[in-house]
Amino acid sequence: MAAIFKQRNIITGLVLLSLVFPFITQNEYYLHIMTLSFIWMIGVYGLNLLAGYTGYLSLAHAGFFAIGAYSLGILTVKAQLNFWLAFILACLITSFLGFLIGLIALRTKEHFFAIYTLCVGYIIYLVIDKWESLTEGVRGLIGIPAPSNIGPISFQTALSQYYLVLVILLLVILIVYRIVHSLTGRTYIAIRNSEDLAQTIGISTMKNKLTVFVLSTFFAGLAGALYASFVRFIGPDIGSTAITFDLLTYLLVGGLGTLSGPIIGTILIVWVSQQLQFLQDYRMLIFGPVLTLLIIFYPRGIVGAFTGWKHKYEDKRSKNKDIPNDSLVKSKKQVKEG
Amino acid sequence: MLKLNGVSVKYGSYTAIQKVNIEVNEGEIVVLLGSNGAGKSTTFRTISGLNKPFEGEIHFEKTSIKGRSPDRIVQSGIVQCAEGRKLFSEMTVHENLRMGAYVHRRKKDEIKQSLATVYDLFPILKDKRNNSAGSLSGGQQQMLAIGRALMSKPRLMLLDEPSVGLAPLIVEQMFDVIQQINKDGTTILLAEQNANAALRIATKGYVFENGSIVLEGTSDELFANDEVRKAYIGA
Repeated sequence: MAAIFKQRNIITGLVLLSLVFPFITQNEYYLHIMTLSFIWMIGVYGLNLLAGYTGYLSLAHAGFFAIGAYSLGILTVKAQLNFWLAFILACLITSFLGFLIGLIALRTKEHFFAIYTLCVGYIIYLVIDKWESLTEGVRGLIGIPAPSNIGPISFQTALSQYYLVLVILLLVILIVYRIVHSLTGRTYIAIRNSEDLAQTIGISTMKNKLTVFVLSTFFAGLAGALYASFVRFIGPDIGSTAITFDLLTYLLVGGLGTLSGPIIGTILIVWVSQQLQFLQDYRMLIFGPVLTLLIIFYPRGIVGAFTGWKHKYEDKRSKNKDIPNDSLVKSKKQVKEG
Repeated sequence: MLKLNGVSVKYGSYTAIQKVNIEVNEGEIVVLLGSNGAGKSTTFRTISGLNKPFEGEIHFEKTSIKGRSPDRIVQSGIVQCAEGRKLFSEMTVHENLRMGAYVHRRKKDEIKQSLATVYDLFPILKDKRNNSAGSLSGGQQQMLAIGRALMSKPRLMLLDEPSVGLAPLIVEQMFDVIQQINKDGTTILLAEQNANAALRIATKGYVFENGSIVLEGTSDELFANDEVRKAYIGA
């Protein structure tokens, strides 16, 4: 019980912290960075459902992110649609394209799936870059409107946008939490574990994989649409593979297949790279080796490493309870460590 | 109940099993004997739909299940309990069992009932229901694998080498349980290398060699057969 309360306290604390964050710092720039981090997190949660829980590493997610962003941009700037209608349509368009691509991509597995989606991502980028009549090509789309008012609430200020993105992020986390802790989530984990085994107990793997792929692209599209309305300018670069690998880095550092991994990874990397801005591109000289070491020693990221330590600690404690004899515990520990 | 008629399976150009005929009647325990790589597991994978036969027919309760997807085959009442105690090792014992009832996931009461049946059959699993499946001993893992297969309420259960890697005493218990499951109304198709124990509970058997059936007969006939004794019983 104590553990539950502790966990609940931590979550409440974090939510409160994110709520009062704009009042702690008066710096507009920090607020901007945080809002952007939240947007990335939504995309990372989408990627996590697919790569972390189902075991299908998609490298096309920047593409879907860009589809979401461009759908919103084109629908609002060129088609002059109502913002929220365009917003919903952007998510649906991304999911629909995700469905079509998933139908084919999910026939491949493991490395081949990663390679296939990498190609898909690049093709999406090329289409956006070259289809000038629709996307304005390298010039990008300018003048995307900020979210329009919902009743009396307006989203013109940075502060209100921060809260809008935060609320959507919390909703996304809640949805992912519910999925992961349901039979559906366990079904995805079962598929990650072994697809053959999942099939032999009666799981239709194709149907489940397709659902999670569409869901995952939905979140990527959602993040993209938010990005477009927040930054107000989008270029084809947001669909580049570099963005995919950014998302992937956030996920890997935080913890693949963990619930809090996307938050921790994104916040950490975004802030560290902000602090290291003076190093310019040499930052990568630091990130590269650190990331490599992390993957080798902690393949489940920071959160995975932390839960590992916690389990070890709890095991030790329960063993201590069972065997009060101190010397025995010590010798056992030695055996373990040796 | 289950009938394989001239079934051949190929992996690329390599023929894994050739023109296999097997018949399993309701209520029987049928054993497939054979050494590693003889084709037992391929036969199982083909029945459960993971591999597609290159030729031949598979009938279950008079309808063809050839080409049906694995999940629909489980729905129609055949479940495979894979070799090597394959479990979802990160999930708890309880969650593993719940996953086994995936095809009945909307019938909550039924799941509760099957859960009680499985816990009755394997009381140790009830004690350990909140432990992760990976932390169980070999014998317990095999029990969990069988229990999970039972959760789908199969009419035919395919058991792939349930005794492999277990202590002799546990093997004996395992075969008692298999017999019990059979008495409770589940037909069983069993692949085994431990011919001695398997033939004792089986009604009939088939002997696999290099992908085809070289011998078939009732368990008494096979027990009496000199070649079988030499190859699989060691007496």
